[in-house]
Amino acid sequence: MVLLPLTMMREGKEGRISHIKAGRGLTRRLIEMGFVEGALVRILRADFRGPVMVIINGSKYALGRGMAMKIMIDDC
Amino acid sequence: MKDNKITIALTGNPNVGKTTIFNAITGARQHVGNWPGVTVEKKVGTRKHKGMDLEIVDLPGTYSLTAYSIDEVIARDYIVEEKPDVVIHIVDATNLERNLYLTTQLMEHGARIVIALNMFDLSRDRGDQIDIDKLSNLLDIPIVPTVGSTGEGIEKLLDEAIEEVKKGPHHHHVVGYGKEVERYIGELATIIQKDERLSEKYPPRWMAIKLLENDEEVLKKVKGSKIESDIKDKLKTIDTDELEALMADKRYEAIGAILPQTCSTCVPKMSVSDMIDKVVTNKYLGIPIFLALMWGAFEITFTFATPFMEIIDMGIGWLAGAVSGMGSGWLPSLLGDGIIAGVGAVLIFLPNILILFWLISLLEDSGYLARAAFIMDKLMYNLGLHGKSFIPMLMGFGCNVPAIMATRSIEDRKDRMITILVNPFISCGARLPVYVLLAGAFFGRAAGSVIFSLYAFGILVAILSAMLFRKTLFKGKPSPFIMELPPYRLPTLKTSVIHMWERGQMYLKKAGTIILLGVVFIWLLASLPAGVEYGSEGSYAGVLGKVIAPIFAPLGFDWRIAVALIFGFVAKEIVIGGLGTLYGVGEDEGALSDTLADSESSGIYPANALGLMVFTLLYMPCIAAVGVIKKETGSWKWTLFALAYGTILAWVAAFIIYQVGSALGYGG
Repeated sequence: MVLLPLTMMREGKEGRISHIKAGRGLTRRLIEMGFVEGALVRILRADFRGPVMVIINGSKYALGRGMAMKIMIDDC
Repeated sequence: MKDNKITIALTGNPNVGKTTIFNAITGARQHVGNWPGVTVEKKVGTRKHKGMDLEIVDLPGTYSLTAYSIDEVIARDYIVEEKPDVVIHIVDATNLERNLYLTTQLMEHGARIVIALNMFDLSRDRGDQIDIDKLSNLLDIPIVPTVGSTGEGIEKLLDEAIEEVKKGPHHHHVVGYGKEVERYIGELATIIQKDERLSEKYPPRWMAIKLLENDEEVLKKVKGSKIESDIKDKLKTIDTDELEALMADKRYEAIGAILPQTCSTCVPKMSVSDMIDKVVTNKYLGIPIFLALMWGAFEITFTFATPFMEIIDMGIGWLAGAVSGMGSGWLPSLLGDGIIAGVGAVLIFLPNILILFWLISLLEDSGYLARAAFIMDKLMYNLGLHGKSFIPMLMGFGCNVPAIMATRSIEDRKDRMITILVNPFISCGARLPVYVLLAGAFFGRAAGSVIFSLYAFGILVAILSAMLFRKTLFKGKPSPFIMELPPYRLPTLKTSVIHMWERGQMYLKKAGTIILLGVVFIWLLASLPAGVEYGSEGSYAGVLGKVIAPIFAPLGFDWRIAVALIFGFVAKEIVIGGLGTLYGVGEDEGALSDTLADSESSGIYPANALGLMVFTLLYMPCIAAVGVIKKETGSWKWTLFALAYGTILAWVAAFIIYQVGSALGYGG
């Protein structure tokens, strides 16, 4: 099991959220949108630059790169 | 509830079809106002149902009752402070887990809730089997399956809402937060109960939970009350940083305990949406598809708008003819030269703007526009903005007024200010006639390329200005970008037309109010003092033009162009009408084109004409845009900045074009 920021995950891979290294407001916002510890995320789009697209609990989100870097994933 | 009147608030996550439900309930019986103190639209509608008068308030979409953006503060304050009789919580049936998170918070607050299980057709079609009765029992909330687009379930929803109000206050099941947190909640609630003023207004348990979540708005409510110090002392002993995530987890845990019992098949799987996304957000195909769609939208706009514009043009021509039949005197002149010419110049672009906004609404309602924001985010980030800034830019090609209003969805103030300040450089529909006439008169077969270059130049100036502002005035990185990408849906005609109309009517309102006043003012300047020929050198307009002419001389503009540009402040298309008046050819654009093209007598050469087009593109936004910049930035300082920045830029650009053009032999 390896801990990676969301931006390092390859397209099509899945992983569980380990923790979020962001400030209060941002963390809260992410939690409300379903980015909770242990939730399964699938990476739909991740280029070397630009935003990433993920699906979590059936909702699809575009995340700016800066924000995606703060989400740590257990690669499984 | 009083005198058979019931207030119903509609709430729910963004993209759950809230507006569609609102339209299905209220039909045309709705009006748009503003929430007090902020510039977010407040939509209220009415409906009679079973002898009751229902007032429906559409709240902005929100993910939770913990306020984050201005939209969410409004939604929460309304539920918490105004206490509607019942809250209809619209839940996306295809995404129960995240939607129910808001439900848990509404329940905690003690609001009376009815759930509309919306987009039920989609979840049914994909084979979900939701046990509605069981879910309703477990939550202790009435649940009605609805399909907003067809109106299915709306009657039953209203029945249940009225029933719920009649039931009076009753206890809802709430989330348990575990022994430790529950003890804190109990202790805080006991303190809150000592203050009757607070505990009467806000449920103590709810307040205690929000305090543990460090909710700033709730902390403010405690401030100044007699229990303030007790609360602060208590909170000091608790490590609230740790609690917040824990409490969110407990909420999801509670949802996780309920969901498997009520829906065994609600597992998201690869859908059509995912397949479309594979193509339209593809690394290589994404941008070409996006450009093709944009090109198609503009192509359709101009093709379909032309016949409508001709009809309006004929109507205006007929009116002007009828007025000139009234003889001479000040009234026919005011009506003909002033009002009909001025307001007509604005109205003629209505088809253009409505069609473009309708296409944008279709793209938005289908879900594509959110993908466009995703595709553009990388580019926008390099400019110091993010994906959400892109939609207002696109709308700017129609009219900058609704475009600037569309920046409200951008949460961060700096991001929003930059997006507002650069928006006027996007060539709106009103600038096109200026380009068409001048490019046609002076550039012949190259006219199309010249017009295209002007659009491109405007975009370039917007991009460079955004980068400049980010480096100087609004330092820092763009705020974190997060945006939900809703599943693709087939947009309905009704919703997209309502959407188009909401934006288009701002343009129409401007024609009826500001522009009407503006044209009357211009008419006065051009007609007074009494006895002068309309728009001649002797009129006030002419005198004014002579006074300011020296400022414009280095650009190769004479006094007539100077006056026309001042007229253009009302609306940029009036520059053309103004030139028509000042060159003494009136409304006949063919004659105006011929007159201007005769460089010997008009004093306009290709270099002057190009300079004039660029000046028209960049200089201060029209009155309506200035008004909306003031309203949205809330600051005269930034409004004046936008005016000065654009005008100085315009002067410098036109100066360079004229001087270089003249040196190359294209000037007079």
